[in-house]
Amino acid sequence: MRDTVTSADAAIHLDKVSKIFGKEGADASYRAVDDLNLDVRPGQMLALLGKTGCGKSTIFNMIAGLTEPTSGTVRVSGRDPFADFDSFRGRIAIVFQNDRLLPWRTAIQNVELGLEMLDAPAAERRTTAQLWLTKLGLGGHENDYPHALSGGMRQRVSIARAFATNANILLCDEPFSALDESTAGRLRAEFVRLVKENGKTAVFITHSISEALEIGDRIVVLKRPAKIAYDVSFDGGTGREERELIRSRIGDVLAV
Amino acid sequence: MSATEPQAGSPALATMLFEAMKRLGSSVLPFVVVILIWQFASLFFPRFLFPSLIDVFWRCLEIFSSGTMFADVLSTILRILAGLAGAFLIGGLLALLMVRSRAVDKFLAPILTLFQGIPALSWVVFAIIWFHGVEFRIFFIMVMTTLPAFTFQVLGALRAMSKDLMEMVFSFRPTRIKLFRVMIAPAILPDILTAWKVNLGNASRVVVVAELVGATGGVGYQLLQQQQLFDMAGALAWTLQLVFFVLIVQGALTLIENTAFRYRAVSERAI
Repeated sequence: MRDTVTSADAAIHLDKVSKIFGKEGADASYRAVDDLNLDVRPGQMLALLGKTGCGKSTIFNMIAGLTEPTSGTVRVSGRDPFADFDSFRGRIAIVFQNDRLLPWRTAIQNVELGLEMLDAPAAERRTTAQLWLTKLGLGGHENDYPHALSGGMRQRVSIARAFATNANILLCDEPFSALDESTAGRLRAEFVRLVKENGKTAVFITHSISEALEIGDRIVVLKRPAKIAYDVSFDGGTGREERELIRSRIGDVLAV
Repeated sequence: MSATEPQAGSPALATMLFEAMKRLGSSVLPFVVVILIWQFASLFFPRFLFPSLIDVFWRCLEIFSSGTMFADVLSTILRILAGLAGAFLIGGLLALLMVRSRAVDKFLAPILTLFQGIPALSWVVFAIIWFHGVEFRIFFIMVMTTLPAFTFQVLGALRAMSKDLMEMVFSFRPTRIKLFRVMIAPAILPDILTAWKVNLGNASRVVVVAELVGATGGVGYQLLQQQQLFDMAGALAWTLQLVFFVLIVQGALTLIENTAFRYRAVSERAI
């Protein structure tokens, strides 16, 4: 069940990546990621699973180009996302753990944000943003400010904002963890459908085994400091029994 | 038998009118009380101590209608606005440099704190000794007295910006100009407006001192003339020109706040 992707055709490629916070060797230094190798093929939905503090968010930030690795190589579509930061404009979209909507912008203006960075004409921005808000069931709330929306609605706006730029790569940092189970379940299903429909490569960070099984077609379990402890791929044809086996195996790995 | 049906809308309209009157009344009441006390005092004290407000009103009207006198008011207003704009631009630039570099922050913060401790009157004396031109003297005094406050207020606003929101905007790879337009400017605008409101009051006090000592025109100069003539009605009328100006600008700033910050959630429970 292990995935085999060559680095040349990988959408995301991490080679011997380490990240140390603080000065290396100093008492206060902290190794968040340790010699990590990971390849994600185009169109794959990878769920990164691990306990709190295992370095998931650090990996996420390195793929997003927001953090530089201490050593090793990170490549997204063949380029360094940190060094070539601007060249990824419109190519990587992020859904954060909390909605991170700009409070001074209405729902539709928030969705338009990424398109503004791409210099899309105003009319096109408005049409695209409207389309995504409608797709996510927020028609009629275009001109509402974030404070007037519920938590679930705000997170939907942030998903619409990520999809609106039509980026190839979607990075999601536990986007449903702050929502109630029923809202999270509904949004999760919508999210998976949209990712599949639009052929995105997605990296989804979670600490929930059920969520990882529901979302990913590949699950990578990380141990602290971020190093792969278990890597499994599956698809719609994977039977219930096999999934239960995967769940149980993941449980064992996380328990160590 | 005739049935009388209540007219829908009338009670609601009456309530709205009543509420509007109540709001207007509560904001006007303090002024009415002060006016009444003054007017009452004018009945018992000599005119040079407490002139009737009717006299003051006519003197105000005279200033408004006389071209040369109103030019004095306008020159003072321009001096205030030029000084504030200069201090805001320089302060904003210093704050940006301080937030970007720790070394610049460590170097400039003590100097600005030192400037904050220097009284406005000392800056007036320094300006008179150092410079010749009246307008430049006043501009210098205005800038030096409001610069530290502007710098620290903009610096505080820049430092208080949400790291989460900043990171979110960065994830879209904005250009510097777009980052400023979509994130930095709206995030620091509330503090900038507050800074203008606070410094406006300070500036209107300082400008009078500056004009009193070193100018040949303006409200401060005119106040000096009234003092030499022992004309309280004139002194009050000239003072009111500045008060009106501050009230008008404060009102304009509040209007901008109400429009620009309508996105803010309002809690039904006050602090």
